[in-house]
Amino acid sequence: MGKKLLMGNEAIALGAIKAGVNVVTGYPGTPSTEVLETVAHNNPGDIYVEWSVNEKSAMEVAAGAAYSGARTMVTMKQVGLNVASDPLMSLAYIGVKGGMVVLVADDPGPFSSQTEQDTRHFARFSNLPVLDPATPEEAFEMVRYAFELSELVELPVFLRPTTRVCHACATIDIDDSRAEHKPEGFVKDPKWVIFPSLAYRKHLHIEQLQHKLGEIFSGLDFNKVCGDGKLGIAASGVAYTYAVEALDRLQAQVKVFKVGTPYPLPGAKAEEFLSGLEQVLVFEELDPVLEEELAMLCASTGKNTKILGKKSGNLPFAGEYTFELVYEALAKFLGLQTDAAPKAALPELPVRQPVLCAGCPHRASFYAVKMAMKGQKAVFTGDIGCYTLGNAKPLEMVDTCLCMGAGITVAQGIKRTEPGTQCIAFIGDSTFFHTGIPGIVNAVYNKTDITIVILDNSTTAMTGHQPHPGIGRTMMDSISEKIDIYGVVKACGVKHIARGNPLDLKNSVELIKEAADFKGPSVVIFEAPCIALFKPVVKNTVGENCRKCKKCITEIGCPAISTSDGNVVIEPSLCYGCGLCINVCPFNAIGGSQNG
Amino acid sequence: MDNKANIDQKYDILIAGVGGQGTVLASRLIAAAAIGQGSFARTSETIGMSQRGGCVVSHVRIGSEKAGSIIPMASADMIIAFELSEAARSLPRLKKGGCCIVNTQIIKPVSASLGTSQYDINKITDYIRDNVGRIHFIDGYAIANEAGSVKAVNVVLLGAAAAAGQMPFSRETIEQAIIENVPQKFRELNQKAFKLGYDCIIKEKSNCS
Repeated sequence: MGKKLLMGNEAIALGAIKAGVNVVTGYPGTPSTEVLETVAHNNPGDIYVEWSVNEKSAMEVAAGAAYSGARTMVTMKQVGLNVASDPLMSLAYIGVKGGMVVLVADDPGPFSSQTEQDTRHFARFSNLPVLDPATPEEAFEMVRYAFELSELVELPVFLRPTTRVCHACATIDIDDSRAEHKPEGFVKDPKWVIFPSLAYRKHLHIEQLQHKLGEIFSGLDFNKVCGDGKLGIAASGVAYTYAVEALDRLQAQVKVFKVGTPYPLPGAKAEEFLSGLEQVLVFEELDPVLEEELAMLCASTGKNTKILGKKSGNLPFAGEYTFELVYEALAKFLGLQTDAAPKAALPELPVRQPVLCAGCPHRASFYAVKMAMKGQKAVFTGDIGCYTLGNAKPLEMVDTCLCMGAGITVAQGIKRTEPGTQCIAFIGDSTFFHTGIPGIVNAVYNKTDITIVILDNSTTAMTGHQPHPGIGRTMMDSISEKIDIYGVVKACGVKHIARGNPLDLKNSVELIKEAADFKGPSVVIFEAPCIALFKPVVKNTVGENCRKCKKCITEIGCPAISTSDGNVVIEPSLCYGCGLCINVCPFNAIGGSQNG
Repeated sequence: MDNKANIDQKYDILIAGVGGQGTVLASRLIAAAAIGQGSFARTSETIGMSQRGGCVVSHVRIGSEKAGSIIPMASADMIIAFELSEAARSLPRLKKGGCCIVNTQIIKPVSASLGTSQYDINKITDYIRDNVGRIHFIDGYAIANEAGSVKAVNVVLLGAAAAAGQMPFSRETIEQAIIENVPQKFRELNQKAFKLGYDCIIKEKSNCS
């Protein structure tokens, strides 16, 4: 292949292929998604790749493959690991035979997540080793090592990149060589069955392994100590790259500890670093994991070195780190002046939040529900996906959002507290399969009178259009059973189910009214494909009848419609011809024309 | 400006725009050109939720093997802004004396259409003019349309950037990267878009001199 520009996620995927990975599973989630997709797109033909229905399933499928001696990788974002934490915790005790890499992408910022949780805690919690790459090229090296380590200690190994590694690209020299790994197959043994007696023995074992892991890590090049003096900095992840650049700009020389394996701490290497130091400043995004590990090491070895970082107030807990933040903190720590550039005050700039795309069928669904519920007391519980963006003005149709699948269940809790309120839950098709179904069963079982609106756009849109069980296509490019959402809802025991095209506004309003009037749990399935799945045939334009009332803007907030020199205009390159604006216009001023 | 390849030269380019404008492809093409001439390149892009019509920025760092993937404030050698207000928003990353290519296209966010935030075109344009020495305004949308598709605005702006004469590789190197990295059926369109963008700046330069 030669030198190529690879995204961190691509580098991880290609590294896994080179390492002879046999089975890759996962559930899409920014910033992890491209890892599994890249394996699928570069599949030499003998790797099994699947999007699983959720992260728990993905973890378990990967575990079974690893029990059978396969090299496996399971991919997810940090909050996905919460869903997969049940199998993970037991798997740490049971262990694996084939190398198993648990790829969990963290999202400092956060950019596309509901929390800034730190997967290194899960590593510490589960006693599993974690590799923390600073750059895409390091992630490429780490994934290959992770398989070897996993087989050496017979434990799953975390690889935990962050957004700025996953979605950064670097020039990577890559050859076509590939290790071949032939799985032995599953060998029956009581060690695969977790009983309390085994759990006790395994708990002892895994605790004893921690020290050994620290020793192994001390010998790795991913952990480096350089420089000398009485002041030191320790850094992991992308914070390390900011620190290197900041040291360069400050022309400063300090002792540096680059940590690629934050847990278990490479003890011997850390002691070598701490030796002779009076103060250490720790640079790491998210939680003070390395900071705490170093402080504990100082305490247990009787060192007086002062460990500074988040807990000392030198650096913030929340948000992503930047070069500037690291540079300022480092300069202060070293007692140096910074060359802060004078800032010119920016003029007032328009607020540009992400919005539902022009033509998005979710906009029509939200608007239909809004019309149907006019004059009634109603709460709208949302979920995770593009449709979370329905909370923005002017729709304002998402009152709650918690985690995957929670819209349906949160609605039930509100209904129990406010029986007189219409409680309407929104959920997308992929999220429905992920964790939505148990919530529906719960509503039917407990006879909770809510209405569930399933927004079926035939894809997992937010993460870049991955197939899911309702699509009838897998990541192996094979055709599979299309799991029918209507049939599933019916089998769950829902007695009132309707389906319709949300772009038919009048009908959609009626469907919602009927469902909301129904006593007991009801479901409306709105079916219309995501705009990314087709090319527009019709483009709408504003005609002479326009009285500039701007209802098309103030009612639905379509990004294709704006005003220019006082006139309402529809940007042709954005319009998908959904026609919602035609329905909203009181003067019949908007019309469609064939896209020519 | 001498455009001869210097593989060790450090050069940071920031691309700013609105989700959907093709900023990611633009940064990948620049990086591919840099790698094509033997330099090391890094990029960092906005992928995910912000792509839905939000602000997006791509950082391209050439010759920066030891640097992070994000260009520090006041450090970018060049900014290629795909939209007027995004040019202003990203200016704090431009270094003193840096060069800026600004697409004059206006993409009004829903907030501005609703009146919950302001989009004052004159104020923003003045701000950019007052704060950047080397600046080229270009109607990328119209030029892309002329090339055959408004979707080619990203390559129009790359052509303009190449003509501005600051990038550390030749025009041929980036044109080669375009040929190698865009699908066959869009090759001609993109080559035309690049040329029109390039010529637009060359024409502007000759008018000034």
